[in-house]
Amino acid sequence: MRDEGILIKHGRVIDPANKIDQVLDILVEDARISRVAKEIKVKADTVIEAKGKIVMPGLVDMHVHLREPGREDKETIETGTRASLKGGVTSLLAMPNTIPAIDSADNVKLIKEIIKKTAQVNVFISGAITKGRLGRELTDIARLKAEGVVAITDDGVSVDDETLFSEALKEAKVEDMLVVCHCEDKALSGKGVVNRGIVATRTGLRGISNESEFARVERDIRLAQKTGSRIHIAHVSCRESVEKIAQAKKEGIKVTAETCPHYFALSEECVLGYDTNFKMNPPLRSKDDVEAVKEGLKNGTIDAISSDHAPHTENEKDIEFDRAEFGVIGLQTELAVAISELVETKVLDWLTLAEKMSLNPAKILGINKGTLGEGQDADIIIIDPRKEWVVKKEGFLSRSKNSAFLGRSLKGVVTHTICSGNLCFTNGK
Amino acid sequence: MNNTLVWTKKDLLGLEYLTKEEIELILSTADSFKEVSTREIKKVPALRGKTVVNLFYEPSTRTRVSFEVAAKRLSADVINIASETSSVKKGETLIDTGRNIQALKADIIVMRHNYSGAAVVLARNVDLSVVNAGDGWHEHPTQALLDIFTLKEKLGKISGLNVTIVGDIAHSRVARSNIWGLAKLGAHVTVCAPQVLIPPAIDELGVRVLHDIDAALKDADAVNVLRMQFERDEESAFPKQMEYFQNYGITQERLKKVKKNIVIMHPGPINRGIEMSSEVADGANSVILEQVTNGIAVRMAVLFLVAQARDNKSSQG
Repeated sequence: MRDEGILIKHGRVIDPANKIDQVLDILVEDARISRVAKEIKVKADTVIEAKGKIVMPGLVDMHVHLREPGREDKETIETGTRASLKGGVTSLLAMPNTIPAIDSADNVKLIKEIIKKTAQVNVFISGAITKGRLGRELTDIARLKAEGVVAITDDGVSVDDETLFSEALKEAKVEDMLVVCHCEDKALSGKGVVNRGIVATRTGLRGISNESEFARVERDIRLAQKTGSRIHIAHVSCRESVEKIAQAKKEGIKVTAETCPHYFALSEECVLGYDTNFKMNPPLRSKDDVEAVKEGLKNGTIDAISSDHAPHTENEKDIEFDRAEFGVIGLQTELAVAISELVETKVLDWLTLAEKMSLNPAKILGINKGTLGEGQDADIIIIDPRKEWVVKKEGFLSRSKNSAFLGRSLKGVVTHTICSGNLCFTNGK
Repeated sequence: MNNTLVWTKKDLLGLEYLTKEEIELILSTADSFKEVSTREIKKVPALRGKTVVNLFYEPSTRTRVSFEVAAKRLSADVINIASETSSVKKGETLIDTGRNIQALKADIIVMRHNYSGAAVVLARNVDLSVVNAGDGWHEHPTQALLDIFTLKEKLGKISGLNVTIVGDIAHSRVARSNIWGLAKLGAHVTVCAPQVLIPPAIDELGVRVLHDIDAALKDADAVNVLRMQFERDEESAFPKQMEYFQNYGITQERLKKVKKNIVIMHPGPINRGIEMSSEVADGANSVILEQVTNGIAVRMAVLFLVAQARDNKSSQG
């Protein structure tokens, strides 16, 4: 009997990689999972009694805006990753739309330095597709890769120039680099701020059609097919996008997709009161689109759930709807929203939820995360699945408070977060 | 006045947010105020000691003047702020501006704003009353109320009437407020415009959509002709002026085929020869100037009711 490590006792272990859903003990030693078995009898430094709780791989959130460098007033790598710990996110992909954008080896080095000093969880880096995310000139994908970048994206905008984007896909294929696609045809979405439809008409706000999204999904799939590269469709919000992705998968095109909690939990009616915490891009869609997104999650068309955590200051949100920034925070609510809206309602079971929020995003990014197999990195969360809580501003560790779920009652609380073998966060007992 | 209903809302933001009874209460209150403007001394002390601030982020003459006249006939003190000459130009946010006006101990802000929903946002953030004098493409409730008031005065009722709204429905706050108000009072509303000027899913509000003006006028008891804002041609596919007059302009020729007593309204200012011919604008069916007169009574009613609601609330503690 050794006297070290963390022993998690009697939790319901959910590990989709090994198809495990049963009550087991997990022993963590030297930052790794050393054993997963019934009634492990060792003396450990820390023993966590997890009876009645869910033990899952830490979440892998592949769409997070940490804002640093450049907009530290909205969020920093430190505050964003502290929020991650509380939300159960142990790995994340940082989006490159910082100031400066992560579009060169030097800028990757810059952000790596900040991560090394301040990050509380595993932060993976994405680079820009084009320099300055301006859609004019490609970045040096090989050099970005050499610096450790795991995906490229101009997220926030799509690369409109089809020839240029094809070139990017070809380069990405050579480097085996994932391309994350923000699918929006700006010529169609224009100055829109809400979904095009009855809510836009009632509020007098400009609409954004489903077509502005799915037309670009269609194009990007076509180019992925032509070039043979891997693409990942970010923040899927509408029925037609889900259908086009399903069709592409059937045809064997290398495409994966994610959606975000607001697209399966909320619909366009939320904006009737002009609350800018419901302003995001793509916009909240119709109830029919919400159903399609849920179906897509259930039938496997949509592989992953990410937050698209997009912090903004109150000054940027507490203004006229048209003038407010797009985006909402999500690191601390995504799990509870998914439990409340998908598991409780039997759209997904726990194994599939862990797949969408941990295993699949890890696989898509090609990182060795998202499982509870013996010998794997010890990124583990423990959840009290029955505990209800109300989302309040005071509870956010994120520097910004622009949540679409403020005031909502949600089910499921992260009670422990173990990241790289360390018990980094505990909530309650 | 025989209303048992008491007005309780501190704001008037749009007709979407009102019940049929609340709309009727405004109309009957306006009815009782209309007489004030015919007196030799056109003043009642109803809002004496109250301060009304006209906060206009968009240029407007007729609406602002109408509100100013209404407030003054109620003996309120009136202050006009236009965004071009205020700290708004210096970057102050809407909410900060509202709170500053509140700190001056004003009672009512009458706001015109170019962004939809601005009045809703302001009202949520201040304790004083907010009256929406037009926000973006969203609502212009007092315009619709004065349209409905005028119509009721002319035809004796609203319920069961066929009312056609012609013009740029997509970008019109006047259209939206009229649709809500008329529908709540039981009128049958038809909107008529080229397809590009019809907003998505408008039929879900219970209106009939037509593109043929003659069909839209056929059974109409009244037609409300919207101002065409050709300065908006940044929005794509906006029709050309002459083409619009030929296809949608109200002319004597067209009126020969419709109900003899059709009431013709226009929120002003009119583009003569574009939305309607001069003969129609100045003709026997036109109530355009009566609308202007009635606008004062309606706005007096609105200012009176929102001020009273706040007084009642504060006296109840």
